[in-house]
Amino acid sequence: MFLKKISLFNFKNYSEAQFDFSEDINCFSGNNGVGKTNLLDAIHYLSFCKSYFNSTDYLNIRHGSDFFILQGDFVNESKEETIYCSASINQRKIFKKNKKEYSRLSEHIGLFPSVVISPEDTNLIHEGSRARRKFLDSVISQFNKTYLENLINYNKALEQRDALLKNFAESGKFDLSSLLIWNKPLIENGDEIYQKRKEFLKIFIPVFQKYFKIISGGAEPVSLDYQSGLNQNSLQTLLDETIIADRNAQRTTSGIHKDDLIFKLGGHPLKTIGSQGQQKSFIIAMKLAQFECIKEIKKFCPILLLDDIFDKLDHNRINSLMNLVSTHHFGQIFITNTEEKKIREIFKKIKIDLKLFKIGENKNET
Amino acid sequence: MELPSKHITEAVEQLATLPGIGRKTALRLALHLLKQNKDEVERFAGSFINMRNKIQFCRSCHNISDNEICSICNNPKRNKKFICVVEDMRDVIAIENTRQFFGIYHVLGGIISPVDGIGPSDLNIDSLVEKVQKGEVNEIVLALSTTMEGDTTNYYLFKRLKEFNISISTIARGVAVGDDLEYTDELTLGKSILNRIPYENSFVKS
Ligand SMILES: [Zn+2]
Repeated sequence: MFLKKISLFNFKNYSEAQFDFSEDINCFSGNNGVGKTNLLDAIHYLSFCKSYFNSTDYLNIRHGSDFFILQGDFVNESKEETIYCSASINQRKIFKKNKKEYSRLSEHIGLFPSVVISPEDTNLIHEGSRARRKFLDSVISQFNKTYLENLINYNKALEQRDALLKNFAESGKFDLSSLLIWNKPLIENGDEIYQKRKEFLKIFIPVFQKYFKIISGGAEPVSLDYQSGLNQNSLQTLLDETIIADRNAQRTTSGIHKDDLIFKLGGHPLKTIGSQGQQKSFIIAMKLAQFECIKEIKKFCPILLLDDIFDKLDHNRINSLMNLVSTHHFGQIFITNTEEKKIREIFKKIKIDLKLFKIGENKNET
Repeated sequence: MELPSKHITEAVEQLATLPGIGRKTALRLALHLLKQNKDEVERFAGSFINMRNKIQFCRSCHNISDNEICSICNNPKRNKKFICVVEDMRDVIAIENTRQFFGIYHVLGGIISPVDGIGPSDLNIDSLVEKVQKGEVNEIVLALSTTMEGDTTNYYLFKRLKEFNISISTIARGVAVGDDLEYTDELTLGKSILNRIPYENSFVKS
């Protein structure tokens, strides 16, 4: 599977632009602020129905316009598929495959999977548990549709239950039976989500450890510990036990929406003990493991989007990463970089052809 | 938005209370009405007042009706002991179009959704339970939309009704999750009602 062509209209800083891509490696070079990352994000958008950076759709609309359009021509087993997407300030966003609109976006997710490696990914280490759950969810959703359905339903049930707890607090009336009915969808979907997360991590962790070793060259053991209330108790028990706490907090205080992944280096928390370099290696290893797991399950390569990593990584890590790219089969890759010369040298060394796009020089963009 | 007349302001504000109408659209509509003849506007406005005043809700099933008891509940050929529970009038129309159902309906008037401020007591649930209590019902088929909220409302109804000796079923899930009854084509819906499954068995994940 690869992306043959993309057209952008009013997407972020692009008023109108079109690009024809190579099946192998594509590089966007140009100065900061010309829109290299925006182009990567457009590809991510077509893959995932949303931006990697802005969760609010209208923030992706070019300043002064009220809608954007993205169109991508993908090739999947020599069959061409056109994905069309438009979002506007006033209307819901529209996603079409071969001119036919999806009735639900979840039908699209996973058809053209992608993996992003970006400097922003260090938020996985520094931010709260939400970022790590989002990582886990977005990986599993790309190959497991029922997981995505479970997640959507769980979140809806959670929203309803929390609204009810708030209503109770505001009205001063408490009705146990109407609270308990929401436990059913939470448990039905939450149990599935927990099982899938656990199963996935079982496969994911060894792959991750393999890549960490390759990239860092170090022997220090790394681990990802899945932390969940469901490790000890059933969700039914947890929900029963936290009714009073839930009433006080006016929201549901137990469940898989509290799960976390604990990153460890040599048995200690990565956040406090890891050097910047170790932290970067950790994240890149996670992303490469994500790539490999999706590839194993889907039986084809996801698109790899490398944002700015050659500028941010040191020499050794770039070399080991490039060795990986040259020895493993990685499918289609998109890279952003400010220095054209540097990128040419790197790829000359590993003898891989690349198609170079100089962003900001064409007059078809602004 | 500063308007030159308080009458226009009032009309715009009223129009903007309609779902999907913003103040901009409301102003456009108000200006359009201003261009019409007086009696045209009178007829237009009168139709809403008439509708609101004359339409009643069927005392038995809560469906919209021109009389105290609707034409379906009043039809001697319909089986009054077999009740299909639906969300609103649109579902009644959809199921009637299938010509596969010969019982009567019970219109809840919505589904349970705390986010929208709708709890069990805001829906026509007590009157259904009362009917069952009085022994007026043999079978209930739950035909709410197959969303998570629809399922949860089904579950609530089941909990309220399970102590009575009646059979409770749901429509078979040929319908994909998240699809509303309204959009299901008539054939699938008709089939769903014929192939309804006992409620307890519907927990089994397919
Ligand atoms: Zn009636």
